[in-house]
Amino acid sequence: MRRFKDVEHLLRLAGLFAAGLLVFAIARAELVPKGFGTLGHYRPGAIDDIRAKPIGYAGQSACADCHGDIVATRGLARHRAISCETCHGPLARHAEAPDQLTPNRPDATPLCARCHAANAGTPKRHPVVDIKEHAGDEPCLTCHKPHDPRIQ
Amino acid sequence: MDTTRRGFLILGGKMFVMTSVTAAALEHVLAGAPEAADSYLSAEHWWAMVIDIETCIGCGSCVKACKAENNIVDEPFYFRTWVERYHVDPLDLEHPIVDSPNGGLDGFPETHPNGNAKTFFVPKLCNHCADSPCTQVCPVGATFRTQDGVVLIDKEYCLGCRYCVQACPYGCRYIDPRTNTADKCTLCYHRLVKGLKPACVEVCPTGTRMIADLKDPNDSVHEFLRTHQVQVLKPHLATGAKIYYNGLDGSVR
Repeated sequence: MRRFKDVEHLLRLAGLFAAGLLVFAIARAELVPKGFGTLGHYRPGAIDDIRAKPIGYAGQSACADCHGDIVATRGLARHRAISCETCHGPLARHAEAPDQLTPNRPDATPLCARCHAANAGTPKRHPVVDIKEHAGDEPCLTCHKPHDPRIQ
Repeated sequence: MDTTRRGFLILGGKMFVMTSVTAAALEHVLAGAPEAADSYLSAEHWWAMVIDIETCIGCGSCVKACKAENNIVDEPFYFRTWVERYHVDPLDLEHPIVDSPNGGLDGFPETHPNGNAKTFFVPKLCNHCADSPCTQVCPVGATFRTQDGVVLIDKEYCLGCRYCVQACPYGCRYIDPRTNTADKCTLCYHRLVKGLKPACVEVCPTGTRMIADLKDPNDSVHEFLRTHQVQVLKPHLATGAKIYYNGLDGSVR
């Protein structure tokens, strides 16, 4: 006499269950990105993606490598702590290939006004002027050189 | 050939050792060549930023530089960093007038008279919270804090569900209309790993923004933090914010 009667449907159920588990395991292995969870609940590859982004601003030391004379001039006056790229814009590509990409000379007056136009919020020790009253329509460069803004 | 019990055991031992050595070597080969030596080790850093409100002139250079460095949509309302102008009337300290025309990208027009009211600028950006609400709500693990304390977004994995945008108490996140994924300040992580300053810090003409590696004992920021009373935004939320403001007015939210 058979000990278990009608055992076939149980086996079928077990088979279905095993197949489901297998599908789940395969799908999980396929869908979860490599290394997910090794550092935390995220994909470690995302950090590498972000690290690999190109830079736009070369940084002050890259500018000083070639333009030491300008940096020395600036060292004499109050603009010494300002990075070159504050006014000249992002120039990492120029730093990589100096001959291929030459930066444009920035338009001085609006740049000066950015920091030195009178504004109620500006801290007291920062020098500001009412540009119209101070210079009229005369460009700032007539009297001030941006690298050494003292009047010569 | 006669095999003694002793000989058999020695042979078996040798084979076991050889097999395991081969397996270990094979595993090493299968794993690919070892990664190129990297001088940047994330466990050796803990990034923060110090912002000295007393020196900020509201020029907006940081906003401009951030947009250029990180290729951000040029239209208004998409900012990884922006500058707010607070105008606090001494008779109504609780209700400051705050404006930020185009995020301060083109500076601030002179609109406030120089009366008794106090006017000052507050640069804002992602606070890179140590216990960030935004990373906690992400359903798929697309945003996370790295070992060196920078909160990043996995743009490939982000669904664009906007939970994090709502969760950020500082309003630092937005949805990038080009990719429909969340976006925010990375503290210029791609620059930090190369030993460069973030773009906003690089261009700040007054030294208002200072990048700080709190794990580096030689970082000059420690001197600043010792000698100044810094605060974070919304400390009651216990987010572990790491943007430290010097001279922060109580009216700033």
